Amino acid sequence: MSLTRITALILRYIYLLRSSWPRVLEIIFWPTMQLITWGFISQHLIAESEWYQKAPALLITAVLLWDILFRSHINFALSFLEELWSRNLGNLFVSPLRPHEMLVSLTAISILRTMVGVIPACFIALPLFGLDIFGLGSPLLLFYLNLVFFGWCTGICVVAVLIRFGVAAESLAWLSIFLIAPLMAVYYPVDVLPTTLQNMAYCIPPAHVFEGLRELYLQQNFDTANLWRAAGLNLFYFFLSFFIFHVAYQSARRHGLLLNTSE
Amino acid sequence: MTEGSPVVAVRGLTKKFKRFTAVDCLDFDLLPNCTTALLGSNGAGKTTTISMLLGLLLPTSGSIQIFGEDLLEDRFKILPRVNISSPYIDLPQRLTVRQNLNVYARLYEIPNARQRIETLASDLELNEFIDRQLRKLSAGQKTRVSLAKALINEPELLLLDEPTASLDPESASWIREYLRRYQQRRNTAILLASHNMLEVERMCQQVYIMSHGRIVAQGTPQELINHHSKENLEEVFIQLART
Repeated sequence: MSLTRITALILRYIYLLRSSWPRVLEIIFWPTMQLITWGFISQHLIAESEWYQKAPALLITAVLLWDILFRSHINFALSFLEELWSRNLGNLFVSPLRPHEMLVSLTAISILRTMVGVIPACFIALPLFGLDIFGLGSPLLLFYLNLVFFGWCTGICVVAVLIRFGVAAESLAWLSIFLIAPLMAVYYPVDVLPTTLQNMAYCIPPAHVFEGLRELYLQQNFDTANLWRAAGLNLFYFFLSFFIFHVAYQSARRHGLLLNTSE
Repeated sequence: MTEGSPVVAVRGLTKKFKRFTAVDCLDFDLLPNCTTALLGSNGAGKTTTISMLLGLLLPTSGSIQIFGEDLLEDRFKILPRVNISSPYIDLPQRLTVRQNLNVYARLYEIPNARQRIETLASDLELNEFIDRQLRKLSAGQKTRVSLAKALINEPELLLLDEPTASLDPESASWIREYLRRYQQRRNTAILLASHNMLEVERMCQQVYIMSHGRIVAQGTPQELINHHSKENLEEVFIQLART
């Protein structure tokens, strides 16, 4: 593992961001818009719903955490898509850059882009809705880390699919996280779901994170069991996503797809 | 690897895609300080062969030794000493020339990258547009940048796919001369894929002509011309492509 090569690729994405202000604006725009829209919806729900009256900040925090998960996932996949769009992948794969170094670079740039997008939204939440996100302290940070980690796992899977199927699979980068979103129980408790879906929901880390978040807000209780279950599942998905990436990479090398990733 | 031994030794190299055989039992060597052409019609197997030489494509059977190392086992030991310029792969268009070269200098872990970039910019006359985004350059300027990227690590094995395709005759001649001097200085083995037969005659000491995944003719340009009783290499190529 070479730090020089990893920073080289990070530098490449920073150069790209610096060269294009619409990209930076887009990164900041969506989390802020999400926060404002859902912030007002939650204010309406607080007035109408007894459940939300118990924890007025719950919905806005859930929105922000969902956005962090989505951003971690999409920013990971988008950086890789930039290579496909610019037809630069061949140059990268014939350089000494190892595939796992590329994944580390994508992870680092995903953190950076997510921070750039979400931190302004967190600061807007205080004056606009009186919500101090950072006031929740370490429990929120631990839930946050679990979501970011899961976003990377799904991001790695998307990169694997893109390597194997090329730009044709681009829409999967956007769709995949929404496909499993209903199981994550971001805005409702898991027990609202039918039994089969409940079992499926408990197989993915975000469901445990959002259950833990609701307990933290509604019962003022930080249930570490939810946190550990999420962390354990994340570890499993991390190894699974690496395995999927490895299989896709080897398959692309067998089929000659690393030079030809167009539609 | 001892002095004079081949930089690349390919033996029995075969690639099959299901029932289709793209490359069929190739044997060839690339020697240091020697430019070798790999010629063939579209679909003859040139790109497949080059992809296998870079480790981007796994062969079905056969072996590739580069610098005396097995490519399949020691790919990442070999790649820092190899590079490619090809019209099939681009550099990021929104980055400037300097940014692109800086990224690749770091990827190849070049010591004193700034000086290396300055040298290349001066040698390949990039200074006029080095801080311009790639998308704003002419095709000829982009070709020179692609070549600069291919030379950033001073490769001992250089793969060139149509290196002068977008250049005017004077620039193309200048690039060929630059490559010749670079090769002599670094003792580099160059593999050239080109449809410009005049260029091949001028640059190459060894020619392999491929058809349907096989090498159907090999020799120096002059040997091939004499053997087929033709006026030039283009006529040889056309004759072999038709058979």
